[in-house]
Amino acid sequence: MASLSPIRRKQTRFGGGRGGLLQQARLTGPMPWVIAIMVALTVMAAAAGLALDNLADNARAEISGGLTVQVVEGGPAERERQAEVAVALLTNREDIAEVRRVPDAELAALIDPWLGEAAGAGDEAIPIPALIDVRFRGPVTDRRLVELRDALLASVPSARIDAQAGWLAPVFQAIASLQWLAVGLVVLLAATSAAAVWLAARSALGSNRDTIEIVHLLGGTDRQIARLFERSIAVDAVIGGAVGLLLGAGAVILLGRQFAALGSGMVAGGGLDLADWLAVGAIPLAAVAIAMLTARLTVLGALRRML
Amino acid sequence: MSGTEGGIVQFDNVGLRYGTDREVLSDISFTLHPGSFYFLTGASGAGKTSLLRLLYLAQRPSRGMIRMFGTDVITLPRRALPEYRRRLGTVFQDFRLVSHLSAFDNVALPLRVSGVPESGIRKAVADMLEWVGLAHRADARPPTLSGGEQQRVAIARAVIARPEVLVADEPTGNVDPDMALKLLRLFQALNRLGTTVVVATHDVHLLKKVPDSLIMRLDKGRLSDPTGALRYPPRPAARSAEERA
Ligand SMILES: Nc1ncnc2c1ncn2[C@@H]1O[C@H](COP(=O)(O)OP(=O)(O)O)[C@@H](O)[C@H]1O
Ligand SMILES: [Mg+2]
Repeated sequence: MASLSPIRRKQTRFGGGRGGLLQQARLTGPMPWVIAIMVALTVMAAAAGLALDNLADNARAEISGGLTVQVVEGGPAERERQAEVAVALLTNREDIAEVRRVPDAELAALIDPWLGEAAGAGDEAIPIPALIDVRFRGPVTDRRLVELRDALLASVPSARIDAQAGWLAPVFQAIASLQWLAVGLVVLLAATSAAAVWLAARSALGSNRDTIEIVHLLGGTDRQIARLFERSIAVDAVIGGAVGLLLGAGAVILLGRQFAALGSGMVAGGGLDLADWLAVGAIPLAAVAIAMLTARLTVLGALRRML
Repeated sequence: MSGTEGGIVQFDNVGLRYGTDREVLSDISFTLHPGSFYFLTGASGAGKTSLLRLLYLAQRPSRGMIRMFGTDVITLPRRALPEYRRRLGTVFQDFRLVSHLSAFDNVALPLRVSGVPESGIRKAVADMLEWVGLAHRADARPPTLSGGEQQRVAIARAVIARPEVLVADEPTGNVDPDMALKLLRLFQALNRLGTTVVVATHDVHLLKKVPDSLIMRLDKGRLSDPTGALRYPPRPAARSAEERA
């Protein structure tokens, strides 16, 4: 290809300037909009997939090896006593990395939205269990869970143990399904975009068939002619891609704000980081590349039918 | 010019058929010598355009051998052909102007295709348009030009890049006799600068206007003098009887 570089330099002038050699090679009418919509949808689907991935990663990291010990006991004094015994017992075990008693104030704050301010006040308040976050070294298996429960129940009769991963498993499955859905959508949208660009390139080719044949007979190379198409279609793809990116990214940011405003720890882990944004930003570039490649292949295919 | 001792263009036993029809060209053999001026004559339908299409590399023959500029162009891969087309200038029978480009841009096209810098294009094209008497129509688009004007744009485009071989298919078919003569003078001027000229025409009056020209006559797809006089036309002797008449 290096040997073609002087020709390429010449081609900058060829067909450039002054209205252009090609007529209607631009993606006229709705085409830039179609590309814009496709890119916007792809951006949203990709952003959703990436956000779900982050969310799953975050949650998984947070709860891997994690379990919750509750002390469900009506009398506050007895509850406090059992909780202290449990903490001491757990802290002394070799296979446990971390033990943290969730402070009552934090618990109250968690529950407030559901039960109201009054819930935690006074002696007649609805009893809140004592909560202890525990982190195993290594994953939580059923066997380890049973063993720990036996050890704990001996001295803390009101203890209940839940592995966090256990009750979250269906959530992870749902997230994985959604991610596959997002991947499928991205693939379908890319294919549809390519098809739309292909049709546009073909119609542009049709309305310029005479010009192509003339340039061909005057000694224009396939590459020169294909480049003319690539360039004019790239212009429209860039416009469509930029508009699509703005629309899609705008929607994603707006949705992200709303989810963040929910204040839920779970959803907060679903934000996009810089790498994700770079990936999303690459989508319109991919659209432009697809458009140019399709245009080139279409034109080269038509040219190969001429001598 | 290396490799063209046998002629700048050489046809050997060339045949052409479109699809599965009978051959429209059969047993065509001739050699074009560099710097000569040829007329290709014959009745309408005799195969002049078909022969020229082979010459300007728009078509491959069904059989036979064609050498141009010392190279067998039949076995050449198609990606090698543009380089050869750029050494030719062609006036198509149907002009083939780009209808949405101005006369100026149409004439500039061969220069742009072969990468001549824009600075070198402006004056060359203006001069050429001046020469064919269309300086005042430089910005006009072909559909707004008369048939004769379009033909002159087509001729200007064919000669602008100083081709080694000029191929013209009925280039005077749409102009008045004065303009026809003027265009022939342009071809002759180009010929004197070394360009080999091939003009297809069914107008026998034209032949007399170019004294040193050589004549090939097509009749129903065959060269009418297969004995060799036209095959390797020796310079003065090749003048046909009708021209001397
Ligand atoms: N593209 C084509 N397909 C089929 N037949 C053709 C085609 N072009 C020309 N012909 C036939 O070839 C013969 C020679 O035509 P042409 O070369 O145009 O002759 P001329 O230029 O001398 O008038 C005619 O019979 C014509 O019908
Ligand atoms: Mg003809």
